[in-house]
Amino acid sequence: MSDMNNIFPGQEPEVEVIEEVDEELHLDDARRVKSLSPGMLVFKRFIRNKLAVIGLAILVFMFTFSFLGPLLSPHSQTQVFTGLGSMYKDYAGAIYNEELRYTVSQDESFTNADRAQFLLALGKGEETFNVGDDIYYFTTLSDGTHRIMQLDPIAEELLGNVNPINGSTLPDGFVEAYETAKDQNEDSFVLNGVIYRITQRLKAKVISTEHNVAFATLKVYDPYNQEDEETIDSFAFRLAAEEAITENESTFSFNDQDYTLSYDEGQTTIIDNSGEEYAAVSNIIVNPLDQNEFLSVDYKSTIREAIRNNEEETIFTENGETVEYTINRVNQNYYIRRETPTELIRQYEMPSAEHPLGLDNNGMDVMTRLMFGGRISLLVGFVVVIIEVAIGVIIGGISGYFGGAVDTALMRFVDLFNSIPFYPVVIIFGSVMDTLEVDPMARIFLLMGVLGILGWTGVARVVRGQILSLREQDFMVAAEATGIRTSRRIFRHLVPNVMPLLIVSATAGLGGIIITEATLGFLGLGVKYPLASWGSIINVSSDAYVMTNFWFMWIPAGLLILLTVLGFNFVGDGLRDAFDPRMNR
Amino acid sequence: MKNFIIRRVLLGIFIVFFGALIIYSIIRSLPTSYVEQIARQRASSPLSTKTYQEWLDQLNEVYRLNIGIIPGYFGWLGNAIRGDFGESWNFGVPVTQKFSEVVWYSVIINIVTFIVQMVISIPLGILAARKQYSKTDYAITVFALAGISLPTFFLATILKYVFSIKLGWFDLYGLTGRFYSSMTPWQQIWDIAYHMVLPIITLMMLSIGGLMRYTRTNMLEVLHSDYIRTARAKGLSEKVVINKHAFRNTLIPLVSYMSYLIPSMFGGVLITETLYQIPGIGYISYQAMIRGDIPFAMFYTTFLIILTQVSLLIADIMYAMVDPRVRAN
Repeated sequence: MSDMNNIFPGQEPEVEVIEEVDEELHLDDARRVKSLSPGMLVFKRFIRNKLAVIGLAILVFMFTFSFLGPLLSPHSQTQVFTGLGSMYKDYAGAIYNEELRYTVSQDESFTNADRAQFLLALGKGEETFNVGDDIYYFTTLSDGTHRIMQLDPIAEELLGNVNPINGSTLPDGFVEAYETAKDQNEDSFVLNGVIYRITQRLKAKVISTEHNVAFATLKVYDPYNQEDEETIDSFAFRLAAEEAITENESTFSFNDQDYTLSYDEGQTTIIDNSGEEYAAVSNIIVNPLDQNEFLSVDYKSTIREAIRNNEEETIFTENGETVEYTINRVNQNYYIRRETPTELIRQYEMPSAEHPLGLDNNGMDVMTRLMFGGRISLLVGFVVVIIEVAIGVIIGGISGYFGGAVDTALMRFVDLFNSIPFYPVVIIFGSVMDTLEVDPMARIFLLMGVLGILGWTGVARVVRGQILSLREQDFMVAAEATGIRTSRRIFRHLVPNVMPLLIVSATAGLGGIIITEATLGFLGLGVKYPLASWGSIINVSSDAYVMTNFWFMWIPAGLLILLTVLGFNFVGDGLRDAFDPRMNR
Repeated sequence: MKNFIIRRVLLGIFIVFFGALIIYSIIRSLPTSYVEQIARQRASSPLSTKTYQEWLDQLNEVYRLNIGIIPGYFGWLGNAIRGDFGESWNFGVPVTQKFSEVVWYSVIINIVTFIVQMVISIPLGILAARKQYSKTDYAITVFALAGISLPTFFLATILKYVFSIKLGWFDLYGLTGRFYSSMTPWQQIWDIAYHMVLPIITLMMLSIGGLMRYTRTNMLEVLHSDYIRTARAKGLSEKVVINKHAFRNTLIPLVSYMSYLIPSMFGGVLITETLYQIPGIGYISYQAMIRGDIPFAMFYTTFLIILTQVSLLIADIMYAMVDPRVRAN
């Protein structure tokens, strides 16, 4: 910055000879020379500089793009674009039933404690089990189907004497029938069509009649009509059906109705006498994944058949719609998936007419975000520069104008501020704001403040140097001699002379601030989602996958930053040359 | 000269003292919930052997958060002068130990960058100044401005995209390759050097522009001065004029410019190292700071302040060494 002090010498307006001297003109003729205002001169020199004009054009484009673009853009910066896509989704699950399901006879109860005892007995291979004083007996109809009965003791044999108990009366020939069965070591006998069972209790033998209590089966009954559910789940129906199935019979009757059985792979279908399908019986449970979904019995049948045949795919037609399902086995479970039309976020969509730069990882329009991001990036740049200039002019101005001890003290203060390392402090601030989860909008303002407060020292130095040299110059002595007020001296004579330098350093500084803001955004410490800035848009490129495959997500933003900063640097350079022709750049 | 150096050193000490005080105040003024959160986080970490309260007490004790800022600062300063900067929360080792482990990577990268940068930009800057307003000058100026205008992360990402992904010449990240541990020492050195190529290119491209413009401006100033006109007038060859008369005088501001590079040399180049995940001091302190590692942040910032002051001092001394006029005063 050693060249700063002599950058702007000129308070004397420069004179440019526009017309050749004419014979008719006199030396003191006002038309002879046309004097241009200093501003006009600067402007003329500026537009003569090609690079500066290019820079200006870039900046005009960027401002139009960032400030007018969002108004014209059909999308908003936080709009997420979604589209219908198809996705394989789990639709239903199937499993071979391994848990016994109980159907309890009317007016009976079969509690959890009873069930536990039953399972124990089943595991041990016993046929009877006791719960308290109750004796239960069960028979296995087929693999996985058990009929459970409770025994009602009516007689007891102790040391060869058969005595009725519980006040029951023994039918004729009971004792004889019992003796015969006992001799043949059987555990039951039939008398007059009633089955009596013999069980051991301590040293006594107990003879009892039986009555049905419950039915335990691995099979699942799916009614074709929901209104039949109650009948189908009734004990009596189950008993009739199970017995028929166990015997492999093709018909059975229940409640004066005849039912036909048809045996398929993995499933037995019960057809009622009108030829309608009545219920499906199988040991494979098929459930919809979504509780609101209803699976028809036909659908379940199709899936069961496919599972039985170890197929991986199956087709099912319902309501004239054919859908393909895949069956995926994981351990004991089968997952049935189908292509489901789903509302999907259109991530990483390639550029198209609707979205000239595609969609980003959140399904947002990259072009629109670039416009809004430019707005924030430029705005941050300007606000920070204004803060810097405001603090810098005040401190530098005071320091330069008053000089002496004030100057020394303020300059030491500037040195001190200058020594504070920039990035560490900003990173600490950023991570604190992350921890406190500051609102994205508030974050931008805080960021502007921090950048401004950390960056004003350069401006202060420039202003001080300039004012120090200006106040020694003749025109200031003259101003003092005319006796005008101090404030007028400062604002009318000193400040305008500092302006050119301020404009130059502010323009050049803008580029640097935009880079800083973008860098912070890139590191994730600056502007946060859902708001956009150019830096935070490029942030996605830190993901190697995005960087490799989706150029349109990060290259445009980078180019915009590059061009904008380049524009500011060109213009800043051009302005410096224009203000100070002696420097010759 | 002696007096000047003494004044300069005293000023440096003053700035380091108050600069560290400012940083300390900033860290102390952070919302207390921040420290509590850190303590909670540390306590819930599976590696932690301390409870939340113990962590909180430790934080309060180490940072004297229970006493005022000024006494707390003097306590910290007392330890720091004795070389005790505490233990890094993030790395679990003394801060200074971690620092000495990693600083050399940064130093190597910066020294190489520095040499390459000078070899390229000084001749180009002189060339641009000699042929002012020529096509060469415009090209060099545009190139230099483009270098200044390029954000580090964008340049690094483009380099990675071209050289790592498209061409596959370099790894995307890191300082060592996958088979580093099974290599001979020489291969290991080669591997590290290979991984430093892209970071060095990045740094070089970014800094070349500034130095080039600086050289050009100074050279122009020198070329327009009277003694150059005199040298030309007395019939010296252009070569002698440029090399003997002009270039030597251009060196004066360059020397001071170079000493400003010292802070980044030892302070690391935070952004570039982070982008390439080179575990130099820049990347390590970045990691420490975003995780709220206060001991490391305190150490690193103080270190940078000291470094800046030292570099300013060196700049002044160097200035006096190369310019007899300064020495005479």
